[in-house]
Amino acid sequence: MADKLKLEMVTPYKRVLSEDVDEITAPGFVGELGILPGHTPLLTTLKVGELTYKVGSQLFHVAVNWGYLEVEEDKITVLVDTAEISDEIDLERAKAALGRAEEALKSLPQEDKEFAVMQAALERAMIRIQVAGKK
Amino acid sequence: MASLKDIKKRIGSVKNTQQITKAMKMVAAAKLRRAQEAAVAARPYAEKLQSVMSNLAQREEGDSHALLTQRGTGRALVVLMTADRGLCGGFNANVSKEAERFIRTNEQGFDDIDLMIIGRKGRDFLKNRVGDNITKVHENITSDATYKTAQLIGQEVVDAYSEEKYDAVYVIYNAFQSAIVQIVTVEQVLPIQPQETEEVKEDSVDYIYEPNRSEVLSQLLPKMVEVQIFRALLESNASEQGARMSSMDSASRNASEMIGKLTLQYNRARQAAITKELMEIISGAESIK
Repeated sequence: MADKLKLEMVTPYKRVLSEDVDEITAPGFVGELGILPGHTPLLTTLKVGELTYKVGSQLFHVAVNWGYLEVEEDKITVLVDTAEISDEIDLERAKAALGRAEEALKSLPQEDKEFAVMQAALERAMIRIQVAGKK
Repeated sequence: MASLKDIKKRIGSVKNTQQITKAMKMVAAAKLRRAQEAAVAARPYAEKLQSVMSNLAQREEGDSHALLTQRGTGRALVVLMTADRGLCGGFNANVSKEAERFIRTNEQGFDDIDLMIIGRKGRDFLKNRVGDNITKVHENITSDATYKTAQLIGQEVVDAYSEEKYDAVYVIYNAFQSAIVQIVTVEQVLPIQPQETEEVKEDSVDYIYEPNRSEVLSQLLPKMVEVQIFRALLESNASEQGARMSSMDSASRNASEMIGKLTLQYNRARQAAITKELMEIISGAESIK
């Protein structure tokens, strides 16, 4: 059994990551999940959230937005709509997005279609800010 | 014979045209590189999704999800991808003709075929041919196709399919081969046909699915459609730039050729005029003697 996990993270725009890591924590659909080498095969959907991975003792944070995670024989494939590594996040923009989403939520009725969209945007912005803070 | 002034004017105007075609070629070349990069960058995602998909489909007895079920032939939707702008050789005509042919040959097979067109040129081309089939036109989205755009179109398609408005969905687009070669491609998007993987892993272990298999599948399948549309959009965009680049290149070359011919004509005319003048002077001088 390998003692490393091969992590591959891809978005429709590019391959974000491809490296050997020791440990992964991901925002699974039913809850946070940690993956260590030797995990059983698993396929799960991901929520908007923060994915962290560890290389040696160094911790990396990535803001992910909705996707899948597949574990297959120590090979982890993460397919997400967007992925932003913590030091790539533009904090100002994220804060602006947060402000916009909050404003919109105040003025919109709950049953409006836009409401769900803005709520998702709010969630994304909050995660981005949270991740950016962990540089 | 045209006068010297006329020829000079022609040369000037051809030179102007050549400058424009040269500039357009350059712009297309720059855009092509970017479009090509985007198309290449999108490939790993599509491949990964495909492999996850076929992995999943192997364990899945068919017909377990609406998007996988073959519903027979009822109404079909064709998504046609063209460009918003012309001056790119046969790019728009080829793909539009293929769409027309597709509709004509499959008319019997389906009750009805609807056409969703992306790009203005496709609409202009088909309006008078199969105008009745056109149900929707998207404009100005091809040049900077983002995943969002593909998502919106994908959603639209999946929704229409789930409501049983259509029983099959196809995409027709120019697949990018190289800057000078585009291949008109017809692909079936829905119902999804899981690709057979070469070797079926007999001993593959069962996955744990979170939250559960049908949930995962029902989220994964629409994604598949989106990705397929996204890829087609990017390929079509790269093809468009490639087609424009090569057609502008040949236009520039034709212009040089024409300038050469006109210059020759101009010089001949000039020489003839000089000879004539000389002859007049000499004969004038002779007569004075």
